[in-house]
Amino acid sequence: MNLTLKIWRQVGPATKGKMVSYHVTDVSPDMSFLEMLDVLNEKLILDGDDPVAFDHDCREGICGSCGLMIDGVAHGPEQATVCQLHMRSFSDGDVIDIEPWRSGGFPVVKDLVVDRSAFDRIISAGGFISAPTGTAPEAHATPVPKKDSDAAFDAATCIGCGACVAACPNGSAMLFTAAKVSHLGLLPQGQPERDARVLRMVGQQDAEDFGGCTNIGECSAVCPKGISMETISRLNHDLLGALRAGAVPAS
Amino acid sequence: MPLELFTVGEPIADTKAPTDVPVPQMWEERKFRARLVNPANRRRLSVIVVGTGLAGGSAAATLAEAGYRVKNFWFQDSPRRAHSVAAQGGINAAKNYRNDGDSVHRLFYDTVKGGDFRSREANSYRLAEVSAAIIDQAVAQGVPFAREYGGLLDNRSFGGAQVSRTFYARGQTGQQLLYGAYQALERQIGLGNVETHGRTEMLDLVVVDGRARGIVVRDLITGQISTHLADAVVLASGGYSNVFYLSTNAKGSNVTAAWRAHKRGALFANPCYTQIHPTCIPVSGDYQSKLTLMSESLRNDGRVWVPKERGDDRDPRQIPEDERDYFLERKYPAFGNLVPRDIASRQAKNVCDEGRGVGPNGLGVYLDFTDAIQRLGRSTIEAKYGNLFDMYNRITGEDAYETGMRIYPAVHYTMGGLWVDYDLESNIPGLFVIGEANFSDQGANRLGASALMQGLADGYFVLPNTLANYLADGPFPKVAADHPAVVEAETAVRTQTERLLSINGTRTVASFHRELGRLMWDLCGMERSEEGLRKALDRIPEIKHEFWTNVKVSGEQGVFNQNLEHAGRVADFIELAELMCVDALHRNESCGGHFRAESQTPEGEALRDDENFAYVAAWEYTPDGTPPVLHREALEYEYIHLAQRSYK
Repeated sequence: MNLTLKIWRQVGPATKGKMVSYHVTDVSPDMSFLEMLDVLNEKLILDGDDPVAFDHDCREGICGSCGLMIDGVAHGPEQATVCQLHMRSFSDGDVIDIEPWRSGGFPVVKDLVVDRSAFDRIISAGGFISAPTGTAPEAHATPVPKKDSDAAFDAATCIGCGACVAACPNGSAMLFTAAKVSHLGLLPQGQPERDARVLRMVGQQDAEDFGGCTNIGECSAVCPKGISMETISRLNHDLLGALRAGAVPAS
Repeated sequence: MPLELFTVGEPIADTKAPTDVPVPQMWEERKFRARLVNPANRRRLSVIVVGTGLAGGSAAATLAEAGYRVKNFWFQDSPRRAHSVAAQGGINAAKNYRNDGDSVHRLFYDTVKGGDFRSREANSYRLAEVSAAIIDQAVAQGVPFAREYGGLLDNRSFGGAQVSRTFYARGQTGQQLLYGAYQALERQIGLGNVETHGRTEMLDLVVVDGRARGIVVRDLITGQISTHLADAVVLASGGYSNVFYLSTNAKGSNVTAAWRAHKRGALFANPCYTQIHPTCIPVSGDYQSKLTLMSESLRNDGRVWVPKERGDDRDPRQIPEDERDYFLERKYPAFGNLVPRDIASRQAKNVCDEGRGVGPNGLGVYLDFTDAIQRLGRSTIEAKYGNLFDMYNRITGEDAYETGMRIYPAVHYTMGGLWVDYDLESNIPGLFVIGEANFSDQGANRLGASALMQGLADGYFVLPNTLANYLADGPFPKVAADHPAVVEAETAVRTQTERLLSINGTRTVASFHRELGRLMWDLCGMERSEEGLRKALDRIPEIKHEFWTNVKVSGEQGVFNQNLEHAGRVADFIELAELMCVDALHRNESCGGHFRAESQTPEGEALRDDENFAYVAAWEYTPDGTPPVLHREALEYEYIHLAQRSYK
């Protein structure tokens, strides 16, 4: 099939970007969306043009590197990462808009590449269990109820791609933060730091250029791992609990 | 073997394992004899860690916890994206929670046997020994392993093992273990104990007075080239499967850090040992950019078959039972569909070579679940493998519950890597290599669920102990920023970068990478022959020459330039490919992931030649045009009897 792509081109963080149109021909329906961009880039390189920069790595939906707004939807029409989106989801003659994640918290590096280091800083603030190497007790010392373990796993599958932020009208990172708060807070190992964790992670999230959460739910609708809104309820529950226990908010 | 391909140098030996004590006591003894660094002195010692996967992430976190000044480098945008994240199946540990006869000794035995008797006994034993502590560590960090209703950890058995010792987190074990290490690392970053360099690629090693003292890097956003110095350098830069272009590795995975260290003198061991994974989704077209692995666990319930007649292109549902050849069950009645990876892969290739392959280009075999669905019900199969069936459907557009899957082998893991001793130190003092980047404890073939084990064993438990022994001599004299070794390395990096950009030829970097990959897959892939390898060795220098005279790399040096990054990596893959073929050609035997057509049993199984090849081949780099030098490290088997592997 033949397609028209309208792609956001931006040389660097300080320069103004714009949408540029490209035509791609003979696209196979079995190609992945990123393979379609590879073909475009090979052509651009041979023509002496600057290829389109985009982040990608594993191309099997787990590393969280790729992420594009496709026709205004984070990761495009399927609820999966862009690398797992295939061209059979499109039709001959389609015009497709391709943009980077749009959020103040994710400044553009180049074209479709953004800086998501704010997510690392949120984890760094408290998204962990302090267990220095060598200090661990025997793994079976603390049984964990299967339902808690399964629920923790569901939250832990977040790949940190940032689609939740890109989709949110407020540009909020709440689903990302809540997934980690839920994962660790559901486990017995995570209890000692539970209050401090939620306060510090929310504090860091507020310090970054993210918006507030108003429970709209766009985040969960586009999440390639299906992280549920329930995690946000858990975060709010933990935050309220910590504050009622006398903690001072970090932000 | 004609002399022009390589020359033979002095033998090499591991001098660090305390071989005067029995193997079960070696690690304890090594730790006891190793020198220590007083906690107060650690903050005066700095360590560069390249990579943030299971090995690099766990090492960086653990070294920072111990009090060393860690400088951590990675090329992705976040340490959480290292390719370990994509490991699906599980991690082995000799916990014997199943009371099924497992022990450290049995895991040691399985590792050496699985590696087809080409690994070091001392290293493999230690790997088995520390395996249990990895599970404890991961659970303490909150890694959500699968559990049973009683709240205890679940286990399953995994390719090539007869005990249930594999711990798993659905099909995302690597992801969850990596996040455990990543969170420990982020905690240290937050505490100010780690200097971070994301989106930064190592392009050279700085060796001063015989010691590894630093690295030259390129900042991938600004293009700035700079040198970072430290008391020791740890490479945890992963494997080199992408030399085949199509592999299950992430697109960014590359050999550059390891290869540039090799060019500075580090020996590269057993480069031809390549693992081909049998259950991947077949190639669909020329545009294909990577291959996707389907967890090996599918072979627990799926049956592998092809039509008995060649060219039978009927819908698989129309092919009656007596016209199907369940070739693994037929040839290996004891292990059936669960034979080790190398055997399953090669048999699939054989039936395709016979013209009985299925799918659009005849490069595929069926993995059929009809029997399992009839026996267990569709809902059970859905619960066990639902995510894999979904993934298959997303990629191929086919419903595998109805049609079965089409699978074909793909390159998945490389057992070879930089040579290290028992301390995981290369032959360059102060250069340590961990995880898949070293030539590892896996021998000629790695068993399922052993890669995660090795990465974390190295990073959490082995390196932090052995590195201290080295650092006890430090801090080493300060290296000036204008030291001749620094200037020379930085200049070399700048020169190569400028050269790549100045060629301005007519072929893209990707086209060279595809051509090289195709050549390696055809001639140095699942089955290698003298004729094919010689053909490859004729062709690779031509590809190299054409690359350096006709490649077209877009853009400039001082900016974000993904095409330039790829160009540098492909240049190194071309050189590595040549060494792989030399290694494969010189090793005139079959073992594990290296199958030479000339060396097989009458039944077509790998035939080792212990008389002549029971050694590690450690290659020394020599400048352009001169043949590499082979250093042999003899392998001795004191605890495990050398035997022909049999899975019949």
